[in-house]
Amino acid sequence: MPLWTLFGLKQGKVSTSWPKAGEDGQAGVLGMPRFDPSRCTDGCSACVEACLPHAITLNGSTHGARLAVDYGRCVTCQLCVEVCPTDAFTPSEDWAFGVTRREDLKWVQAAASASGQALKSQIRRVFGRSLHIRHVDAGSCNGCESELQALNNPFYNLHRLGVFFTPSPRFADLLLITGPVTYAMRGPLREAYEAMPEPRFVMAVGTCAVSGGTNGGGYACGNGVDGELPVDVYLPGCPPNPAAIIHALMMLLERAPQRVHGGQLHGAERA
Amino acid sequence: MSVPHPPPQVHDVAVGELLNRCKAAIGDGERMQMAYAWYPELVSDLPELRYIVHAGTRPLSIWRCRTDTPSVPSLSCVSPLLSWYEREISDLCGLTFEGAPDPAPLVLLPGATVSPPPLVPGATPFINYVPLPPTLPEVSGPVARNIQLLPFGPVRADVLESGQFDFFYLGEAILHYHPQLFFKHRGMEKRFEGLTPDLGAVLAERVSAVGSVAHALAYCQALEAAAGCEVPPRAKWLRILLAELERLYNHLHYLGHLCHTTTLKVGEAEGKYLEERAKQINARATGHRFLRSLIAPGGLRREPDIAEIDKPLTQLANELTEYGAMLEASSTHLDRLITTGILSRQLAFDQGATGPVERASGLDRDLRRDQPYAAYPDAIVKVATREAGDAHARQQVRIEEALHSIDLIKHVLWLLPAGPLRVPCVPLPGSEGLGWAESPRGSLYYAVHLDESGRLARVKIKSPSFSNWRVFVFTVHDSNMMDYAINEASFGLTIAGCDR
Repeated sequence: MPLWTLFGLKQGKVSTSWPKAGEDGQAGVLGMPRFDPSRCTDGCSACVEACLPHAITLNGSTHGARLAVDYGRCVTCQLCVEVCPTDAFTPSEDWAFGVTRREDLKWVQAAASASGQALKSQIRRVFGRSLHIRHVDAGSCNGCESELQALNNPFYNLHRLGVFFTPSPRFADLLLITGPVTYAMRGPLREAYEAMPEPRFVMAVGTCAVSGGTNGGGYACGNGVDGELPVDVYLPGCPPNPAAIIHALMMLLERAPQRVHGGQLHGAERA
Repeated sequence: MSVPHPPPQVHDVAVGELLNRCKAAIGDGERMQMAYAWYPELVSDLPELRYIVHAGTRPLSIWRCRTDTPSVPSLSCVSPLLSWYEREISDLCGLTFEGAPDPAPLVLLPGATVSPPPLVPGATPFINYVPLPPTLPEVSGPVARNIQLLPFGPVRADVLESGQFDFFYLGEAILHYHPQLFFKHRGMEKRFEGLTPDLGAVLAERVSAVGSVAHALAYCQALEAAAGCEVPPRAKWLRILLAELERLYNHLHYLGHLCHTTTLKVGEAEGKYLEERAKQINARATGHRFLRSLIAPGGLRREPDIAEIDKPLTQLANELTEYGAMLEASSTHLDRLITTGILSRQLAFDQGATGPVERASGLDRDLRRDQPYAAYPDAIVKVATREAGDAHARQQVRIEEALHSIDLIKHVLWLLPAGPLRVPCVPLPGSEGLGWAESPRGSLYYAVHLDESGRLARVKIKSPSFSNWRVFVFTVHDSNMMDYAINEASFGLTIAGCDR
């Protein structure tokens, strides 16, 4: 019988202390492509045709850029970056895309100021700095689950931040939903929400839960959590990486600021 | 370079011949692999059936079967594994199978009806759903009142995929087990309809994230077969590098999760830490922790950055060797695995088990070796097998495969030829192709049909978990509650892949 205790001690501490300091563990991860409308040329619609979830569409109005870009629909497939002949879309490591208002995921010319809408300000008073989460899979591809499970691996060690997953919605402060909401999961999802004590919060994790993404719609699916339940935090990404999920959770707890407004990361925070 | 593996052969089989042909194939030791239906353009308003037959290392056979009536003979009395395929075809295409032993809906939940059949081209189906309890066996006899029913799910404890499991149990003993899957049915196959082949690859990666590479690979290989194009050697080698990186992080996750169920805490932490390191290697090499956005019809979209992966992989291999040896020497862990969830070789073959699950039951089958694709014809593929068929055998197969994956990756790093990454892949209008891959969980097939404008008309996905969920049930009946979670973990199933 091997000495697992000794083995564990020998391995030492491997948890990152991010976001306070240290590595976020996401070196190399490609995030949402950045959009620069000044490089966009008239008559070209290569990116629109290459965008499966319709995150990039031709802007019908005469105002603003000729393209409308909705990062709430982006699955970070990077095809727009590859097909754009003029580098109007460039690869980035911008993945901390958690926002409290759905509109903040849509690109606008003048990036809004950092004064995002404050969450229900009672959250800090009610929950302190801790949070209990009930997760519901409403039809994901299991990518979001894989990254949510990673939160409890020794590297991210979510417990160190006072955040826990709980088996029962009765003990949960936050309902964390993945997937585009299939016809069969609508009922169980609502029941889980109804079973939670108030105040309760809802987070839509992953592009499917935010907007349906590539998998929403069709004969068996809805288009995300909007319209099913009130959403407090939207976190697109396909799937959002563990650090992005941690950032969104810290944002909910008012322990980190929202970094995205008008579909853009704040200038100072761009890598 | 070795000779490319011969492509599948298509045979026309009349409806009246089906049953005899099926009996003959099984008598020859062949296995019915899968069945699906699709609607060829301008032929009839009835779908055409396809059966795919697997016979070891011989080329695959595809049976093409046109029917004049909406009722065809069921083959599942001869080949039981076809039962789920027939039930799916009934749900999604409206055909009925005469003489089927279990004709209940599969993909549609109890209380759900859909009209028109979803796979009719251009149809806009609507699901009417008034939830009903599942149809469970009737319990009678003198101890009936002692038998309890435990419905569990679809929202389960922990971060897990949704599915409902009904247990009939007496004390600790499970008498009967009924999994209600398909809460996550998203109609993914329908979603391919009308897409351009290139965009289909983005969608294929999003059917089951932990199988992104295998899904993209099988899909692209199906299109390349339809187009008759030859992928450049460098892309073929890089494809198997990606496929083995995928196997590696999946198997590491599997070991960590198995330790979770046997409550070996440090073992769980180590397995999940190694998985995290593998995912971080993936991200640095490809820009994506699940290795997405690289594989495309005709080759690869861009060059991965593999210059730096050798060293961290060597480190990972050393730690995995030590970790695997420790798991194999931990009596508390092994006590929970040995004799748990035994799947016999015969049952595994008849019911269609695949991947590490069938190999742990003594079936020496692996598509990488038997029907080699990408650069596997030129690579040395060692197939790990065990005879015991229990949870322990399934762990052993996975440990051996994970270590072998690292060998294969190093092999690719040594042998990687220079050259282009991609050739044009334009399948002819009306063409079709079959692609396959040995995913971390077993055999994955994509059958692709193109319409007259060169867009996707029908994409059928046979995922490994669809096969293994069917088999898993047989190991739960007559087992006990304490072993259930361990047994489920030892199968390493996904629900997203099964439900689609």
